[in-house]
Amino acid sequence: MTTQGEPPSLTLDALGKKCPIPIIMLADRVRDVAVGQTIEVLADDPAAKTDVPAWCLLKSHEFVRAVDLPTGWSLLVRRSY
Amino acid sequence: MPASGGGYFDAASAEPLHPSAREALLAALDDGWADPARLHREGRRARLLLDQARESVAAELGCRPDEVSFASSGTQAVHLAVLGAVQARQSASRGAGHLVASAVEHSAVLNAADWLHRVTGSEVSITGVDALGRADLAEFGAAARRDRTLLACLQSANHEVGTIQPVAAAAAECQEARVPLLVDAGASAGRLPAPTGWSLLTASARKWGGPAGVGVLAVRRSARWREPFPADDREGRRVPGFPNVPEILAAAASLTAMGRERVALDAALRALSARIRAAVPERVPDAVVHGDPEDRLPHIVTFSCLYVDGEALVTELDRAGFSVSSGSACVADTRQPSHVLAAMGVLTHGNVRVSLPRGARDDAVTAFLDALPPIVARIRQTVAAGTTGDTSAEALA
Repeated sequence: MTTQGEPPSLTLDALGKKCPIPIIMLADRVRDVAVGQTIEVLADDPAAKTDVPAWCLLKSHEFVRAVDLPTGWSLLVRRSY
Repeated sequence: MPASGGGYFDAASAEPLHPSAREALLAALDDGWADPARLHREGRRARLLLDQARESVAAELGCRPDEVSFASSGTQAVHLAVLGAVQARQSASRGAGHLVASAVEHSAVLNAADWLHRVTGSEVSITGVDALGRADLAEFGAAARRDRTLLACLQSANHEVGTIQPVAAAAAECQEARVPLLVDAGASAGRLPAPTGWSLLTASARKWGGPAGVGVLAVRRSARWREPFPADDREGRRVPGFPNVPEILAAAASLTAMGRERVALDAALRALSARIRAAVPERVPDAVVHGDPEDRLPHIVTFSCLYVDGEALVTELDRAGFSVSSGSACVADTRQPSHVLAAMGVLTHGNVRVSLPRGARDDAVTAFLDALPPIVARIRQTVAAGTTGDTSAEALA
């Protein structure tokens, strides 16, 4: 969606889903993109804005950026391994 | 279930009434009911008890009795401290001014700051913390040194993750900047030696085993403070309304007792919380413990379990006989995750705060550590089953 640079390889629509569902969706699907590629999570649960970067730290993936959407955020993650 | 109860682990919300507090409360109900402002014998008797309570609280806090006022809650004490300190220093030249608070302050501090911003136009700087929840001193100091800064606020220790804040260093920064420092000692009062270097200090009795409904507002004689609400002669004109002498006396008795027991209690609770800190990540896959592992309150341990719904976790633990709180969004009235965990940048879902009361038992902690892993595993199975079909995921969410 609102990425600068290359578009994400995969976008997960977690809008309307409460944590931890967006994080579970991300964990389930991160291996569906190639190492070095990005996966975008669209979420509007306020916890997701903290928990997607926190998950990246825990799982050693790269959190690329968060962009505000009219409702929620676009959260971009790069698969590191 | 713990063999014979003992699963109450929410002391940071409310510590059970200390036996000293109970004893003092019962005695004071008979002796301390009259108006302490009156000159008759009943009034003088109430006054004597109130003065005794003030002296013993001042002794524990390391300040003068006339610097201590009793409020009707810790929250009221914080509101009076913030509003009174800021409004005393607002002026034509300073305007509405600027105030500073760390991002992990209690919501009472942040709400008071936000209120001043909305009502008087004060500027508010919220300064950051590291991943352990410790205030960034450089950022805090730089914000305090800004022009027109009227007040800086830093807690003694964090109420959610237990990390002790660098109050002495922050006080030195504030003194250099000639800015008063409010220390919210709510989480640490009665549990750690009193902080020093503050201009204003607040605390709440129910967190040290006193009754609910007693807060402490201490204002140094050197600090400027002006009543932010219609004035009243009570409590040095700092807190409006008739003081609850029996509960205040009970609060003071408990604080004194906690001070006497502190070294032994600290050692006992620190050993138990250290056990939990070590065992949770060993026994629960994908669980992280928050806060500083060493420089922390003795009784608080907070952790988050990945892929777990915090509300389900609290409910299941309650069913198993363990009372804990959670900073997860689904447990909050506001549906917002804990601002403390968010500021630290750590996982907010699947969150549990264990806070051990005085007398917490080793066997209860053992039972908790045995009960936790299967509960987490069960919730994970349910949540994972829910996400495979969209409709059930939504039902679960």
